[in-house]
Amino acid sequence: MSVLVNKDTRLVVQGITGSAGSFHTNQCIEYGTNVVAGVTPGKGGQKFQDSVPVFDTVQESVDREGANVAAIYVPPPFAADSILEAIDAEIPLVIAITEGIPVRDMSEVKARLATSNTRLIGPNCPGIITPGECKIGIMPGYIHKPGKVGIVSRSGTLTYEAVWQITSAGHGQSTCIGIGGDPINGTSHLDAVKLFNEDPETEAIILIGEIGGTAEEEAAAFIKEHVDKPCAAFIAGRTAPPGRRMGHAGAIVSGGKGTAEAKVEALLDAGISVAETPSHMAEALFKVWNP
Amino acid sequence: MNVHEYQAKQLFADAGVTVPNGTVAQSADQIDQALASFSSDQAVVVKAQIHAGGRGKGTFTNGFKGGVHVVSSSEEAREKAAAMLGNVLVTKQTGDEGKEVGTVYFTEASDIDKEFYLAILSDRATSKPVIIASTEGGVDIEEVAENSPEKITKVLIDPSLGIRPYQARQVAFSLGLSGDSFKQCVKLVSKLYDFFWTKDCSQVEVNPLVLTPTGDVLALDAKVNFDSNALFRHPDVVQLRDLSEEDPKEVEASKFDLNYIALDGNVACMVNGAGLAMATMDIIKHYGGSPANFLDVGGGANEEQVENAFRILVSDDAVKAILVNIFGGIMKCDVIATGIVNAARKLDMKVPLVVRLEGTNVEQGKQILADSGLALEPADTLAEAAEKIVKLAAQS
Repeated sequence: MSVLVNKDTRLVVQGITGSAGSFHTNQCIEYGTNVVAGVTPGKGGQKFQDSVPVFDTVQESVDREGANVAAIYVPPPFAADSILEAIDAEIPLVIAITEGIPVRDMSEVKARLATSNTRLIGPNCPGIITPGECKIGIMPGYIHKPGKVGIVSRSGTLTYEAVWQITSAGHGQSTCIGIGGDPINGTSHLDAVKLFNEDPETEAIILIGEIGGTAEEEAAAFIKEHVDKPCAAFIAGRTAPPGRRMGHAGAIVSGGKGTAEAKVEALLDAGISVAETPSHMAEALFKVWNP
Repeated sequence: MNVHEYQAKQLFADAGVTVPNGTVAQSADQIDQALASFSSDQAVVVKAQIHAGGRGKGTFTNGFKGGVHVVSSSEEAREKAAAMLGNVLVTKQTGDEGKEVGTVYFTEASDIDKEFYLAILSDRATSKPVIIASTEGGVDIEEVAENSPEKITKVLIDPSLGIRPYQARQVAFSLGLSGDSFKQCVKLVSKLYDFFWTKDCSQVEVNPLVLTPTGDVLALDAKVNFDSNALFRHPDVVQLRDLSEEDPKEVEASKFDLNYIALDGNVACMVNGAGLAMATMDIIKHYGGSPANFLDVGGGANEEQVENAFRILVSDDAVKAILVNIFGGIMKCDVIATGIVNAARKLDMKVPLVVRLEGTNVEQGKQILADSGLALEPADTLAEAAEKIVKLAAQS
């Protein structure tokens, strides 16, 4: 009852010995995620927490431990290089948590992704979680509950808000995907919606977007044509001044493009239940979904 | 990060992109020296250097009109520059408070045969750099895109290949150039792309790019924005940052890794996470209030950051109430609550405070707030918090 990650996931953590990498890896192990390896160049041969082998390269983690998903906590100047290394090791799913990767670097990564079989999630994202099975990233595990709602979002804490509203109402999530707040990312709203639509165990979808770009509009157009599952949405940034980056590198209205109004209009046009405030995301879903 | 026009032109010149000759003066006693490179009866353009647009039609608070003047002698240029330097220019983009002019830029006036538009930016839809060119220069490009999109040419560049000669030619052909002008334009477009790419620009805009009666092609204006995430590899660009152009509260916040943007409302807010921070502004507005700022304290804010965040919020005289909205994940609610209580005591805050905590250790967090004896209102949901804060702001 999930997409992309589950109890069979074999995770390698790139940047496992750094402060963010080691802290969050511990949290993920505690949650039950199967962390099979770590990578820190120059620290190959060490053990993380006396149990997880650390390698110099991603390829070794694939060859020796059968890693099939990579999480990246490497600092921004080196993060794109880490993503490219994971792509070259033919890891099918790479999750980049790192915030602050230059656009130029991501432009190069994106070109390389196009000729590979790797899916990238992020960067600048909280990660991905299939409740009760596998947590990869920085989200608090305990707010989630196994269930039937698929959630996709550009924002971390706003996702937690939606998750908590669903859990508090007695329901749960199939998988939650944080696609990240950068202008160039690996997996879009549209990609995530397609995955949820094909997943038999996902009954309903919440899409959380924000100002900037047209990713939400593209997902809405697909939902209108191809998705029968109940969908709710929220768009952040209705009050954001144009031309300013609102925290996320991708959250900017420029040249009159990427406004909250245009996104809400596209979502409503697709028959999606749009929450008026971030406090009403679950309520908006329950208007169209009777679990 | 933005830079001034004269800085952008210098960067262009260094990169081999043709610009008119120019000099700057940053005080009254530098004016004569700056004008020494022009002959006394030469036509000169005098431009006030601020980061906002609409300079030509702006007015100084001392009554002097126009931040851009074309004059026919050094003597006139001297007078105009003296009227601008150290004075405050108000344009449609600066807001009523305007911007003080610290630098005046003198350039040789160019005869213009044709004006074009040229820009390079990152195209979100394709994740590639895109060159945008138009025969309609010197006007608002968004209007051109709206009314006559056929006059705009877009050329996508493969980031792993860089700009190819045929692509630069495609741009020059689209502008209707031929002969030596065509060759000059091809060279300029290639050099400009290389500059955009190697310097990690998020946007370069030349409006107008001009063709002179003698067939020369040059960048008459220059607007450059840099990707803030890439500044670590461009210490030379960081040197060009002009802090006087930025909101002092935003500059102060950046010292503590706080993401703050000043707005003109009266309800301040402090939130963790950019998306939730935007959504908090929205919900304040939804319940009839007006947000005073955007503030994202990040995922792992410590006590010191929380205290500095409060200090910056209360330094804004317009603020009538503060809403704290934290969804504690990795960041524990009891730690945040302690930070809030300590900050409130130290800063002797006079404005009402509504605190909404949710997530890890929320019960301990709420207890700490209740035991503090501080006059703050707790709230369980974001909607309840927003309703309360809007009411309090209206009363105080």
